[in-house]
Amino acid sequence: MAAPPSGASLALLDKLIAALSTKGLVSEAEITERQAITDRASPEIGARMVARAWTDPDYYALLMRDGKAAAEAMGASMAGAPELGVLENTPSQHHLVVCTLCSCYPRALLGYPPGWYKSFAYRSRAVREPRAVLAEFGLHIDEKTRIRVHDSTADMRYLVLPMRPVGTEGWSEEQLAGIVTRNAMIGTGIATA
Amino acid sequence: MSAAPDSPAPRFAAGAQVRVKDDWPETRGPCHIRTPYYVRGRLGRVVRPLGAFPNPEDLAFARPAPRRQLYHVLFEQPPIWNEGKAGDTVMVEIFEHWLEEA
Repeated sequence: MAAPPSGASLALLDKLIAALSTKGLVSEAEITERQAITDRASPEIGARMVARAWTDPDYYALLMRDGKAAAEAMGASMAGAPELGVLENTPSQHHLVVCTLCSCYPRALLGYPPGWYKSFAYRSRAVREPRAVLAEFGLHIDEKTRIRVHDSTADMRYLVLPMRPVGTEGWSEEQLAGIVTRNAMIGTGIATA
Repeated sequence: MSAAPDSPAPRFAAGAQVRVKDDWPETRGPCHIRTPYYVRGRLGRVVRPLGAFPNPEDLAFARPAPRRQLYHVLFEQPPIWNEGKAGDTVMVEIFEHWLEEA
């Protein structure tokens, strides 16, 4: 679990910002703008994308073809963001996302990563014993379903497209978005009606 | 960001068997690596070339960063750890200079 920022680390941050400002590499305005973009982002954006993909075949096709364009179509700010890979869960394959090297995460769509996503335990265990990790999240993957873990190490970020649960026929897009949890879009959960 | 030209066409096509170099630059001094240790020396299969990206191993030190081809490489999970369930896999993004024909 990431520790909360200490006084020392905040002082170091101030010095770093001052040094970068002096060199003309970053401005207060740019930092404020970037913070605002990140603060605006929340799993709600990803959930709306999933709900639309469940109900609109054209949007589903766009999402699978060009994740970034699909995110922008829902109002997400993707300028300068890495490519977005969309991982579609099926009855035969369940996807799980981890960044073993650091904490790469689709912040533009899901907001800040949860503490456990950045923890050493999750990062080291998800690639080695994904079924045990998922069981600890309360998710028991059928033996017949293969698991594919995606180690987000470089220039892509990933969004899991969970399966639409049975019993949601006729639901509105808004109702559907309400059952798409953050964990379902990381792969440590599923959507349930 | 440097204005380095793109690298040439991808050396590996989808479906190619590759081995990740069994290299440990960490033992030689400060470095930045995006190739996880657990796939070093391991056999995988190229799923798709992802395009060319500035090499993060240079970017991390603010050096001119030539673009390098990046690939989705798929590994069977059980051989890596000597445990796990057959059919489970791990997909990793790996730069071309870490890959060898296998």
